[in-house]
Amino acid sequence: MFDPVIVKMLAEGFLETLYMTFVSSAVAYLLGLPLGIVLVVTDKGGIRPIPWLNWFLGVVINLLRSVPFLILLITVIPITRFITGTTLGSTATIVPLVIAAAPFIARLVESSLKEVDKGVIEAAQSMGASPLQIVFKVMLPEARPSLIVGSAIAVTTILSYSAMTGFVGGGGLGDIAIRYGYYRYQTGIMLITVVLLVIIVQVLQELGMKLAKISDKRN
Amino acid sequence: MSEPIIKIQDLSKSFDTPDGEIKVLDGINLEIYRGEIFGIIGVSGAGKSTLVRCINFLERPTSGKVFFDGKDLASLSQKELYRTRQSMGMIFQQFNLLMQRTALDNVCFPLEIAGTDKKTARKKAKELLELVGLPDKANSYPSQLSGGQRQRVAIARALATDPKVLLCDEATSALDPSTTREVLALLKDINKRLNVTIVVITHEMKVVEEICNRVAIIDSHLIAEIGTVEEIFARPKSQAARRLFYPEGKQLALHGDRCCRIVFDGNSASEPVIADMVLRFRTTVNILFADTKNIDGKAFGQIVIQLPQEEGVADRMIEYLKAKGLAVEEVEGFV
Repeated sequence: MFDPVIVKMLAEGFLETLYMTFVSSAVAYLLGLPLGIVLVVTDKGGIRPIPWLNWFLGVVINLLRSVPFLILLITVIPITRFITGTTLGSTATIVPLVIAAAPFIARLVESSLKEVDKGVIEAAQSMGASPLQIVFKVMLPEARPSLIVGSAIAVTTILSYSAMTGFVGGGGLGDIAIRYGYYRYQTGIMLITVVLLVIIVQVLQELGMKLAKISDKRN
Repeated sequence: MSEPIIKIQDLSKSFDTPDGEIKVLDGINLEIYRGEIFGIIGVSGAGKSTLVRCINFLERPTSGKVFFDGKDLASLSQKELYRTRQSMGMIFQQFNLLMQRTALDNVCFPLEIAGTDKKTARKKAKELLELVGLPDKANSYPSQLSGGQRQRVAIARALATDPKVLLCDEATSALDPSTTREVLALLKDINKRLNVTIVVITHEMKVVEEICNRVAIIDSHLIAEIGTVEEIFARPKSQAARRLFYPEGKQLALHGDRCCRIVFDGNSASEPVIADMVLRFRTTVNILFADTKNIDGKAFGQIVIQLPQEEGVADRMIEYLKAKGLAVEEVEGFV
């Protein structure tokens, strides 16, 4: 079972998984973070309430989040092809991963920012801070520990999504698990991929929690 | 003391709630002068926190005007309003410090907002931490400080932009009595040294007694009474003022007879007035309550006495006391 070909394949799958997870997470945060900020800022009790925008974004996010990932994966194939020119392999997988993760991240960011003490925001307002200054100098720094915990959750969720993309020809460990374990009944290889995935999740989760703890000055 | 720094004109504020419109403030008129410590006192729910937020437009009045330093706040653009707020510091009951910043960086914060360069800001912040007595806590995080220390940092922060006015919203309500005294002493000192006008919102009479020059009493959305603390203490005109200044009145409610309150200041305390009166009328009076208070450094005493049953004697006793130059007031209703 441990012949060089399989080891090489697993190593490549491992790297591909990391690649998909981190690139997707990064791009999803580029979309989700501002979206989450806008959700909080434009909320009824926010620092710059815009009810219609808040409502509209809420509906879009809920819509995207209510579609099961496997179905979303297939539905967005035309978009994937349009952006990456292909629907196979790990790069193509990034598109559906981002589409699924960005709204999820927006909600995570929203809940982190809503934890920031209203009184502190009011204090900043009393000093003449503009909404933009409040976002960047108060809300984001004050929510930092919570945002880091959220990102650990987001990255591990994206990792598990990435494994699912194996069903439609995405790359990575999920793809290996499905091809060898599901189609060829090679349980050993499938178990190894599962172990590898568990290790990645553990490491990421622990890392996130540690970082959050170090960065939190409240205790 | 000539031109008011804050002038509030016919201010009303209502909030829309699911149960309809709720009026929080109704027809408030107020002038606060440069350099004074002005108290706004009322029970919780009276609308005083909303009133202080109308002064810096954290809440926009439903109607009426607020002038700060001669400027109508409603006429300012958003940018001008931000700049104007920089000349009004504010401190809060819950301190509202940035928990992820050190004490020094908290004090630097308003300067960052104002666009001051970092070096100048840090220098200024260090001076202010010294002023509030915390030079050694510059690198501590708020979670490492006690309540009193946190409020000191908040005061330093509120003073960073050299404000003309310092708004204090229940600033000592979360502190224990001795820390409260320290913080009030600090505020008084700042008022004298930096000539900052201070507006104190509180529900505690002792805060007003300790530091305020003048006070407005808010009762059910209206201003019941405005005056110097001495004046209101000696001659409260409204029920709300009596309730606040003489909370002990409730305990005396059992007695059905006529009672009156006599207020002494430092000058009248030397004469044995009550004893003289008893000798003169040959009738005893019952002392129900006596107390001294320290208002802005001056000693004030009050006695509540139960007057004799005979109508004529009671009236003549009141006349006698008034003739002695004392503030005498018959107490009824809540007493």
